[in-house]
Amino acid sequence: MAVHSLSPSLSRLLFAVKYGSFQSRCCTLHSKTQYSTVYNPSEKTFDKILIANRGEIACRVIKTCKKMGIKTVAVHSDVDSSAVHTKMADEAVCVGPAPTNKSYLNMDAIMEAIRATGAQAVHPGYGFLSENKEFAKRLEAEGVAFIGPDTHAIQAMGDKIESKLIAKAANVSTIPGFDGVVKTAEEAVKISQEIGYPVMIKASAGGGGKGMRISWNDEETREGFRFSSQEAASSFGDDRLLIEKYIDNPRHIEIQVLADKHGNALWLNERECSIQRRNQKVVEEAPSTFLDPVTRRAMGEQAVQLAKAVQYSSAGTVEFLVDSKKNFFFLEMNTRLQVEHPITECITGLDLVEQMIRVAKGYQLQHKQEDIPINGWAVESRVYAEDPYKSFGLPSIGRLSQYQEPLNLSNVRVDSGIQEGSDISIYYDPMISKLVTYGATRAEALAKMEDALDNYVIRGVTHNIPLLREIITHPKFISGDISTNFLPEVYPDGFKGHQLEVDKRRELLASAAALYITAQLRSQKVLGDLRVSSTPVECNHWELCVELGEGLHAMEVTKSGNVYTVEVDGGTVEVIGEWNLASPLLPITINGTHRMLQCLSRDASGRIVLQYLGTSFQLRVLSKLAAELNSFMPEKVPEDTSSILRSPMPGTIVSVSVKPGDTVAEGQEICVIEAMKMQNSLTAVKQAKVKSVHCKPGETVGEGDLLVELE
Amino acid sequence: MAAFTVARSSCRLLSGLRTSFRGLAQVKHGAAAASVQQSRLRPDRRWYSAGHPSVRERIEQKREAALVGGGQARIDAQHKRGKLTARERVALLLDPDSFVETDMFVEHRCSDFGMEQDRNKFPGDSVVTGRGRINGRLVYVFSQDFTVFGGSLSGAHAQKICKIMDQAMMVGAPVIGLNDSGGARIQEGVESLAGYADIFLRNVLASGVVPQISLVMGPCAGGAVYSPALTDFTFMVKDTSYLFITGPDVVKSVTNEDVTQEELGGAKTHTTVSGVAHHAFENDVEALLNLREFFNFLPLSNKDPAPIRECHDPSDRLVPSLDHIVPFETTKAYDMLDIIQAIVDERDFFEIMPNYAKNIVVGFARMNGRTVGIVGNQPKVASGCLDINSSVKGARFVRFCDAFNIPIITFVDVPGFLPGTAQEYGGIIRHGAKLLFAFAEATVPKITIITRKAYGGAYDVMSSKHLRGDVNYAWPTAEVAVMGAKGAVQIIFRGKENQAEAEAEYVEKFANPFPAAVRGFVDDIIEPSTTRRKICRDLEVLASKKQVNPWKKHANIPL
Repeated sequence: MAVHSLSPSLSRLLFAVKYGSFQSRCCTLHSKTQYSTVYNPSEKTFDKILIANRGEIACRVIKTCKKMGIKTVAVHSDVDSSAVHTKMADEAVCVGPAPTNKSYLNMDAIMEAIRATGAQAVHPGYGFLSENKEFAKRLEAEGVAFIGPDTHAIQAMGDKIESKLIAKAANVSTIPGFDGVVKTAEEAVKISQEIGYPVMIKASAGGGGKGMRISWNDEETREGFRFSSQEAASSFGDDRLLIEKYIDNPRHIEIQVLADKHGNALWLNERECSIQRRNQKVVEEAPSTFLDPVTRRAMGEQAVQLAKAVQYSSAGTVEFLVDSKKNFFFLEMNTRLQVEHPITECITGLDLVEQMIRVAKGYQLQHKQEDIPINGWAVESRVYAEDPYKSFGLPSIGRLSQYQEPLNLSNVRVDSGIQEGSDISIYYDPMISKLVTYGATRAEALAKMEDALDNYVIRGVTHNIPLLREIITHPKFISGDISTNFLPEVYPDGFKGHQLEVDKRRELLASAAALYITAQLRSQKVLGDLRVSSTPVECNHWELCVELGEGLHAMEVTKSGNVYTVEVDGGTVEVIGEWNLASPLLPITINGTHRMLQCLSRDASGRIVLQYLGTSFQLRVLSKLAAELNSFMPEKVPEDTSSILRSPMPGTIVSVSVKPGDTVAEGQEICVIEAMKMQNSLTAVKQAKVKSVHCKPGETVGEGDLLVELE
Repeated sequence: MAAFTVARSSCRLLSGLRTSFRGLAQVKHGAAAASVQQSRLRPDRRWYSAGHPSVRERIEQKREAALVGGGQARIDAQHKRGKLTARERVALLLDPDSFVETDMFVEHRCSDFGMEQDRNKFPGDSVVTGRGRINGRLVYVFSQDFTVFGGSLSGAHAQKICKIMDQAMMVGAPVIGLNDSGGARIQEGVESLAGYADIFLRNVLASGVVPQISLVMGPCAGGAVYSPALTDFTFMVKDTSYLFITGPDVVKSVTNEDVTQEELGGAKTHTTVSGVAHHAFENDVEALLNLREFFNFLPLSNKDPAPIRECHDPSDRLVPSLDHIVPFETTKAYDMLDIIQAIVDERDFFEIMPNYAKNIVVGFARMNGRTVGIVGNQPKVASGCLDINSSVKGARFVRFCDAFNIPIITFVDVPGFLPGTAQEYGGIIRHGAKLLFAFAEATVPKITIITRKAYGGAYDVMSSKHLRGDVNYAWPTAEVAVMGAKGAVQIIFRGKENQAEAEAEYVEKFANPFPAAVRGFVDDIIEPSTTRRKICRDLEVLASKKQVNPWKKHANIPL
C-alpha cells in the first residue's frame, strides 16, 4: 500500500494551488444550495474523516467536511491518483489498482489507510462498502466511527429477505413473494409459477438495479437467474437471489428517513424516482406529483416505524412501489446516503451529510417532524457518459476534452467528481454528474432544468443529455403521468432523439447557415496583410444548400448587422446572434425566442454538428455551387454490418458461446460483455455460420472492436 | 525597404491589370448573351467580311470551346468517375468570380500523327491556368483537364503552367496545382519531356520562395510525379487519385508483382506507407474545400509574415485540464493531440501526415490568430520515439515553417531514438540528422515545451535551447536526462547490490526539470494550465525576432 508519495514541499505547493480553485467552487455550491440549518461550530464532531469512496459522492462529503472544519482523507485507486476527490481532500491514500475489488472494495488497504492517517470516522458514500456489515464491524473493532447505521441495521436491511420479514412485523405493507433464497434455475421457475408471472428476480444483497431482472415466462426466468446470479456475484460477492411478484406499471417513490442513536426518527418527505431505465434511476424529483398529504404521511410514518424497528440511526431511504390506486408496498431499505439525496436537501434545507456526521458522533436530531418543510420543488437529472440511443443508455468511455457545468445559472446545483480533462474509464460507474435544479414550483424547476441541460458543455464522451431533455419536456412527464415503464412506453422503438417539427427544423437549418456564414466571413478577416484584395469581398447575400439527414434544403440568407434573415422551406427565419466561434455555446435568438445551441463540431467541408433542443444534429452547409458539384460525388458504401458483430461499448468479455463453424440462429446469444458492472448479451442478427471469433473471455474490448464474423 | 516599394508599385500595376482582365472575364461569363448581341450588331459593321467568321466571332467560338474542354461526352465521363472537371475544381477552390484566366487561346503545336487536324485542337489545351483569390488572398492555380487528351502534358500545357509559376514568383503568391493527367503527350515526344523539366525547374526555384501545393485528383504517373514531389505539400483524393513512377502493368512485367493501382499508388498507400502524400480527402469537393481551409494558414511568400486571422479565443485563456494530463506513471501513454488541441485557438489543428510516422505529430494551428507550426512527439505511438520516418516527417515540416516565417512550437516527450538493426541499417543516423539540422538552422521564433521525457540525443534534437530555441519551458513533470532511470543505473552503478536504491537516487536527481533549469537550459518551469497564455505572449515579443545564418550558397543538409 503506497501512501501518496510526493515530496513534502511539492505536495504543499500542489495543495495550495488546488485548494484555491476548489474553494471558490465550494462556495458557489453552498450559497446556492441554501441549507437552512446553520452549522454550529461549537458542536465538536470529528477531527478527521476518511471517505471510502470516489467520484461525486466523495467530493460531496468532502465539501460538507470542509464546511464543518473537519480534515478529510481520500482513498483512491492508481488510475484515480489525479481525480478531483483525490486532490480535493487534505490527504490522499492510494489503496490499489483500478479494479474496484482491488481498491475501493479492498478493506485491508482501507483499514490500513485509516490507521496511517489517524482518521476518526469513515463516510462510505453509496455503493462500494456503504452497506457492507463486515466493513462496519471492522471499523467498530478498531474504534473508528462508521458514518451510517449500526451493523445490525445494515445486516437486517441489507438482506432483502430478512428486511421483508422485519417490515412485515413492523406493520409496513409488503409485496407478495417468496421469502427465501433461490438456489437453482429450476427452483426459480417453480417459485415463479407459484407466485404467478410477472416476477422480479433480484440479488439478495443488491441495490441500484444491479443483478435485477424481470421475467414474464419460464424461459426468461432461467436466463434471468443465470445473469442475475453472475452479476450479483461480481458486484456484491454474493450470488443469492430472491423472487417476488412484479407489480406492473408502478411508481417508485421513496421516503428519506433520518434517525439518531437516541430513538428519534424523522421522515424527510418523498422522492419520486419512477423514471428509470433497466431499473436504474434517470430523473428524480421531490416532492412527487402523485402523493397527497395523507398518503405522504402514511408512507412517512411507516418508514419511521421500520427505522425504529431496527434501531436505525443516520440517514436512510425506504423505497416503496406505489400502484395506480396509491397502494404502496415496501420494496427495500437503503442504509446509506442515496445518490438522489440532493433533491431532498433542496426542499428541506437540511445538509444530510452534516446530519449523518452529527448523528455518528452521537448528537440528537436538531429537528422535530413538524419542522420539516417542503419548500418548492427540486428535480435531479443523472448525467451519464452513455449512449441513450442504444437501449436508453449503454456506457461510453473517453476523456472529457471540454467540460463546463451550467453553474452560471441560478438555482442550479451540480454534484460531480470530474473536471475538464478527466477520464471516464471502464472501471467505474459512468455517471458524469447529478444536475439538480429547483424553484418555487415544479414548472419553474423544470424550466430551469431545460436551461441547465442546454448550457451544459460535455465533449469527448457520448452523454445522455438528449434523453434527459426529452424526458423533462415530454407532455406526459410534465403532467406527472409517469411510471417505472415510462421510457419503454413513450419510446417503444427505442429513443431516437428529438423529432423536429417543420418550424423547429427551419430554425435549426437557419442557425447552421448563420454559423457557417459567420465562419466564412471570419476567414476573410486576415489582419495586417497588405495584399488582401482591395475589392470588398464582404457580401450580404448567400445562396446555400443545407443537408440534414436525408433532406436537402435550399436557402437564401441575407445579413444585415448581426441579423440573418433566412428563407428556407417556404418560411422565413430571423436569427440574431453575437457569435464567438471559439465558444462551444451559441446563444442565439431565433424568431424572437432565445435559445442556447451548442456547436459540437465544424469542419472545412461544411459539416456542422449542432446540439439543438438537447439532441445533436449533423448538418452540412454548402454553397449552391458546392452542393451542385457535390451531387457528382460518388456515395461511398459502408461495410455490411449484418455479418459482423462489433462491441457496442467498451467492456470485458465474460463468455463466448460460439466457435468458428457453429451455426447460429437469429437472436441466439453469441457472447456476453460486461461493462460498468452490467452484463449484456450480444445476439446474432441473422441465421448464419460463424466464420471467425476475435475475442475470448476475460479480454478487454473497446467500442466498435470486431468480436465475431459470420458468413 | 526598396523591395517593399517595388512590391507596392507592382501591386498597383497589377490592380490596373486586373481591371482590364476583369472586363474580359465578364465577357467570358456572359459569353452566350454577348455573342447574340454582337451577331445582331454585325450587319452594320462593314469591316467584317461576310464569308468568314469575324475575329470577334472567332474569339467567342474559341472561348466557348475552351469552356467545355474535351466536350460534353468527356465531361459526363469525368463526372461518372466521381471527378469534377478542371474548371469546376477551379470554381470551387477560388472565391466566387475571382478567377482570372490566362492562355485560354493556347493550342498545342504538334503536327505529327494527325494532331494538326482541327478536331484535335482544343483552345487552352489540356490545362486551365490563371490566378484568383482564396478568402481574398492571391493565389495562382493550374488545373489539368482530363477531358482533353486525358490531361496529357504537351509543350503548350507546360508552357502555360510555367507562365503562371513565373508570375507567382515575381509577385510572391502561392501556386496550387490540381493534377489530373495521364502523363506525357506521347505524340509530342521530347517536347513533352522538356515541358516536364521546365516545370520541375520552376518547382525547384520557387521552393522556399512561394508555397507550392499539389492536389492530386486523378492519375499522375511516370515523370509527372516529380512535380508534386517537389512541391511543399501533396494532397490526394481517396479512390480516384494515383501516384506512381510505373504502373501495375510495368511492375508485373519487370518484377512479376501483382499489385492494383490503389495498392501501388493510391491515397492510402501514400498517406500511410510511403509518406509521399501529406493528406487524403474523401472526394473532390471535400478536398477543394479543405484546401481552402489549409490555404488560410499559409503566408503568401517568404517575404510575408505568417497570417493573423481574427481570433475569438482569448489569448490568456487558462487550460486547467492540462495540469493533470501527464500521467503519474512515466511509462503510461497519453495523447499529445489532447495537449495541442487544448492549447491552440479554437481547438483547430490542421494535421499534416496524420497517418504516417504517427510517433511525431506535425501540423498548423493558430495562436491568438497567428499561424504557427506545431511539432510534437506522440507518446501514444511507439512511446513517441524518434525513428527514420518520424525524423524525416518532422524535418520537412520544420523547414517549411522556417522558409515561410511560421513560428515553430515544439512539444517534447521523447524517450530517445528507436534502437535496432532495422533503424541502423536504414540510416537512422543520417535521417535523424535531418531533424537536428532543420531545427538548428531555423531562424523563425522557436518555442519548446518539455511535457515529460527529454532523453538523450533526442532531447538535443527537439528544438532544445542549444539549437537556438528562443523560449524553452518545462512542465513540472519534465525529465531531462541522458536516459531513463533503469538503463542509467545499470551503467553508473554496475555491480552495485541495491539497484532499487540507486534507481531511486537517480530518479530523485534527474527525473525532474531541475537539472536543466539550474543550468538555464530551460527558461522556466511552468504550470501546464498557463502554457497557452505564455506562448501567446512570447509570440508577440518574438514577432520582431531577427536572426541571420552565416552567408552560404546553400547548406548541405544530410539527404
